[in-house]
Amino acid sequence: MKTFTYSRAESPEAAVAAGGRFIAGGTNLLDLMKLQIETPEKLVDISRLDLARVERRGDGGLTIGALVPNSDLAADPQVIADYPVLSRALLAGASGQLRNKATTGGNLLQRTRCPYFYDTAMACNKRDPGAGCSAMDGFNRNLAVLGTSAECIATNPSDMAVALRALDATIVTLTSDGDKRRIAIGDFYRLPGDTPHIETVLRPGELITHVELPAPPAGAQGYRKVRDRASYAFALVSVAGVVAVADGKIVSAALAFGGLAPMPWRDAAVEAALVGQVPNDAVFAAAADALLAGAKGHGANDFKIPLARRTLIATLRTLTGAVA
Amino acid sequence: MHFTINGATHAVEPDIRASLLDVLREHLGLTGTKKGCDHGQCGACTVLVNGRRINACLTLAVMHQDDDILTIEGLGSAEHLHPLQAAFIKHDGYQCGYCTPGQICSAVGMLDEVAKGWPSHVSADLETVTLDGAEISERMSGNLCRCSAYPNIVDAIAEVAGAERA
Ligand SMILES: Cc1cc2nc3c(=O)[nH]c(=O)nc-3n(C[C@H](O)[C@H](O)[C@H](O)COP(=O)(O)OP(=O)(O)OC[C@H]3O[C@@H](n4cnc5c(N)ncnc54)[C@H](O)[C@@H]3O)c2cc1C
Ligand code: SF4
Ligand code: FES
Ligand code: FES
Repeated sequence: MKTFTYSRAESPEAAVAAGGRFIAGGTNLLDLMKLQIETPEKLVDISRLDLARVERRGDGGLTIGALVPNSDLAADPQVIADYPVLSRALLAGASGQLRNKATTGGNLLQRTRCPYFYDTAMACNKRDPGAGCSAMDGFNRNLAVLGTSAECIATNPSDMAVALRALDATIVTLTSDGDKRRIAIGDFYRLPGDTPHIETVLRPGELITHVELPAPPAGAQGYRKVRDRASYAFALVSVAGVVAVADGKIVSAALAFGGLAPMPWRDAAVEAALVGQVPNDAVFAAAADALLAGAKGHGANDFKIPLARRTLIATLRTLTGAVA
Repeated sequence: MHFTINGATHAVEPDIRASLLDVLREHLGLTGTKKGCDHGQCGACTVLVNGRRINACLTLAVMHQDDDILTIEGLGSAEHLHPLQAAFIKHDGYQCGYCTPGQICSAVGMLDEVAKGWPSHVSADLETVTLDGAEISERMSGNLCRCSAYPNIVDAIAEVAGAERA
């Protein structure tokens, strides 16, 4: 690990003024620092900031502090009651120990699990811009089939962010100039294009202070994660869904996908294929067609395309009560 | 740096880069806590910080100077075993024993999470939690055992928790 200076911030304002790299739970940053994939010179410890509460707002929504640990958020009675898709997504991620340390802000910014990003002996455009992408013709079983570029096919590994995308969360930040910004989660992540090392619209030194959820949505919520082992593994494919049915028809649908793309993926065409329809397998298949129309496998990850189709259909059956 | 570990305070001067795990093992001689992977993937380094189980390998020691740290050495001794230690012996919850301190610290933290009503990935209902074998396996999935003593580990924990095994 490269050495660094360390300071503990006493307030969000002091944290951004310090002008260093934030460390919260440390479960992703330290992992990468040990491998010298991340080499911050100045660490600013934000773990003691007073940003660890979940609070109900007047409009019925929830404001989640950036330092709320993943385990506490998953077990929060308000989240369980009104946003169970978020509890389910969090509980499907990592392990009990890691969730106790991982924070809401850190989880949003965790980096890819592409094996070549982790292997410093191999070329990787995300780690070393311009170096090339070893995954393109390599071991790309866990990589993306949607939203990729010729430079990078990595996935975003977060489960939590997939649920937040289906819930239309807003990310609230404090910029290094001391200004507050509000960023819809749909605008937060960037596709790789020819700059795969830039993953979000955050500016240097910008601090995530809160995540806001709108008032609880109508309908059934669920999170389905498919992975290589039953626990403690990243998603191959995951689906977060909020679907409401009234008078035998789907009246609203929000679906977000993990494991398929460089960001938690959402596609208005999927939802348009569902709303107004009687829930049945033909309708669900049309939604899957809309999702996967532009999907492109790279060999070892081709299986994700039919797997995503089946996972979406299974999730929709569960959420609408439709039988196969 | 100052640390409160198993009720005693210690002053040491580690490198700023030292993980909590390295301070415990290399600076304080508390070698009960094990290093398996050093990357959060195995659970051998599990300790309790302010009562919560965490991976000591993935956190900087310098970040824990105000915390109450409990390791396997503070949970029980050969003369006064913690109930989980006694249950692991009774049920043969190990072979080589390398993962065992982490398993036991993790189980202590896990049972506290259950007492707080925290659900898990396998809880059918997020609001009411009943500990059984499947719940124990899921909640302990952050602790790997290369000897695969899993069935006996689950038995030991189930006995202490008063939970149904099946
Ligand atoms: C073995 C293992 C298995 C895992 N499995 C899963 C899984 O199945 N699913 C899943 O979703 N995740 C999984 N994870 C990842 C885990 O969820 C993340 O490591 C964790 O959420 C990161 O949060 P943190 O607080 O520890 O972040 P840190 O490591 O502290 O920070 C991560 C990044 O975010 C930045 N940052 C942190 N907080 C802020 C803030 N408030 N404002 C601005 N920047 C900030 C840091 O500078 C850093 O760049 C796994 C991790 C491990 C080690
Ligand atoms: S897919 Fe992206 S992260 Fe993986 S090797 Fe290619 S450039 Fe690097
Ligand atoms: S040594 Fe910490 S999890 Fe493996
Ligand atoms: S007893 Fe050997 S690793 Fe678990």
